[in-house]
Amino acid sequence: MPEQLLYAVEVTLNGLMAGVLYSLVALGFVLIFKASGIFNYAQGVMALFAALTLVGIMNGQVPFAHLINAIFGTEVHHFGWHVPAVLAIVLTMVVMVGFAWVVNHFVLRHLVNQEPIILFMATIGLAYFLEGFGDLMWGSDIKKLEVGLPQGGSFWIEENTQWLGFGNENFYGFFLDRLDLVATVIAAILVIGLVAFSQYTKQGRALRAVADDHQAALSVGISLNFIWVLVWSLAGFVALVAGIMWGAKSGVQFSLSLIALKALPVLMLGGFTSIPGAIVGGLIIGVGEKLFEFSIGPLVGGATENWFAYVLALVFLVFRPQGLFGEKIIERV
Amino acid sequence: MFYREAGDFKTSYAQDAQTFPIAFDRYRYYAVLAVAFGIIPFVINDYWANAIFLPLLIYTIAAIGLNILTGYCGQVSLGTAGFMAVGAYACYKFMTGMDIWLMGSEGEWVRYALPPINIFFSVILAGAVTAAVGVLFGLPSLRIKGFYLAVATLAAQFFLVWLFNKWEWAYNYSASGQINAPTRGVFGYEVTGPTAEPWAAYLFCLVMVVGAAWIARNLTRGSVGRKWMAIRDMDIAAEIIGVNPLTAKLSAFAVSSFFIGVAGALFFSVYLGAVEVTEAFGIQKSFLVLFMVIIGGLGSIFGSFAGAAFMVLMPVLLKNVLVVRMGWATDLEAHFEFIIVGALIVIFLIAEPHGLAQLWRLAKEKLRLWPFPY
Repeated sequence: MPEQLLYAVEVTLNGLMAGVLYSLVALGFVLIFKASGIFNYAQGVMALFAALTLVGIMNGQVPFAHLINAIFGTEVHHFGWHVPAVLAIVLTMVVMVGFAWVVNHFVLRHLVNQEPIILFMATIGLAYFLEGFGDLMWGSDIKKLEVGLPQGGSFWIEENTQWLGFGNENFYGFFLDRLDLVATVIAAILVIGLVAFSQYTKQGRALRAVADDHQAALSVGISLNFIWVLVWSLAGFVALVAGIMWGAKSGVQFSLSLIALKALPVLMLGGFTSIPGAIVGGLIIGVGEKLFEFSIGPLVGGATENWFAYVLALVFLVFRPQGLFGEKIIERV
Repeated sequence: MFYREAGDFKTSYAQDAQTFPIAFDRYRYYAVLAVAFGIIPFVINDYWANAIFLPLLIYTIAAIGLNILTGYCGQVSLGTAGFMAVGAYACYKFMTGMDIWLMGSEGEWVRYALPPINIFFSVILAGAVTAAVGVLFGLPSLRIKGFYLAVATLAAQFFLVWLFNKWEWAYNYSASGQINAPTRGVFGYEVTGPTAEPWAAYLFCLVMVVGAAWIARNLTRGSVGRKWMAIRDMDIAAEIIGVNPLTAKLSAFAVSSFFIGVAGALFFSVYLGAVEVTEAFGIQKSFLVLFMVIIGGLGSIFGSFAGAAFMVLMPVLLKNVLVVRMGWATDLEAHFEFIIVGALIVIFLIAEPHGLAQLWRLAKEKLRLWPFPY
């Protein structure tokens, strides 16, 4: 195979992996949108907050240490213990469930029956709040997240794909990040788990009922409050997984919440209400932006990844406003 | 007591249609103008101009622009900062002398450099350029609605910022990629550049704000504004009663982008003086202007002033209280700023989705009846 084509294949594979990570964030959006019609802008910051909390718990950081020191003039920073990763993840999940309850109790309950755009703006406010709160709680420095996920390239794949070069000495096999491979597997498990949950459990069925019709669900005795807490907890869980993946890849820092913005074009491509759509959309965006950067990027000065996803989604939407898998938008007067 | 229609008789249609129908409102408006033009320029110093008045006035123009699009026409935009960047770079090109290539008689490209244009006209022209770009990015709004449009405007935000990072012509091939405002003046008084007097810069922005508010107010209560509001309230119904969605939506995008472009031009030339696009016109700025509009009140010109004042003054106040008075670290203050802004937005949306403008309206209603409750 010619060299350029091999590189293109490698770029495509890496794009697929990156796309999986986009899909992970997009999944959280879809879950909340389906169940409550809220477009949760705070999803990205939730991922950041979850990752911050995880790192903080693992390292035994004192929450609000900075604030306490500023008020009382003390010098506390660490409890001096280290919590094992699994326990820390469980504790973080408890925090995220608590957050879901707080959001539902203090924000969403008071905004029932408001227009979607008001709810959207409320979640932007929530995102700001959570961003400041997370930084205040755990400090705003860039943190390293080590939960035992493999790092670096996979030598196994590199060695076993070398033959594809057919004696081409410039080709050393495909370079794939092991972390991306793990992320792909975890994302697959997560999606299967979510689908199984919504198909085969009582709560899952209630969730789908609420997604179909709020009032009908209420009338057969499903508690909307419970479902909303449940769905925000689920979104918190997805955010935690996404936060771990991105955090292990590029450190836990503010840009994590901006990566989540990339999930928006993914959603627009896939449709806001479709879980498979989120996955496919993520893959398309991931591959598309990597290939575009690879082929057109050098001609226009590079860094096209910043905007390609949005422009692709924009162009796509002009032709199909409901996205790939979205429900057809029917408007009545 | 003071705030009554009683005794204020209208004897002509012109009086009936005036912007401030109540005498007290009118006098208050004249008083504010008199203070803004007659007193503040004489007492203003560098700190007050740069920390409060210039950002306040410039953000007000941006907020008016976004309010026309989001508050009056119902098209949510997250691309405000991108359009501000267009205004800033267009203004820079006009004030340093736009260079263009035209086809010569032999079919070769000849470079012409236009002479530098007066700063006032540069700013207006920058607004016009931004309006054209705004219409271009507004085209999808004919097909896409609601959230989808909000996310689609993100394309404008990220693409435009990237463009001004990479397009060397836009920053005159400067090595740093920055644009620096040269010294320019109006009527012989410098308003841009490092040696500009604070009062001159302030008055320049003030004139722009008053002009923008005057145009916006009269547009929104005229037939154009009523069309926008019809589209906002229900676009299909508006179409059925004869509002052309193409012209209504695109005119909203054009007018809105014009104001945002003017704001961006002033932000660069008068306020900051030097701009690096990713830093000055990032996505955070888009949200900042959106918050101003929400907190101030969607669909209200007064709300744009109130929202801009709130978002500009609050960090200054927080900084003064927490950092100067209590001696806290600046990063703690920054975190609190995020928390307070976020919480305030949520609280506002819960308590008063129509913002500060609605509170003001309610207060006026109470004043009108005072001392009786009903």
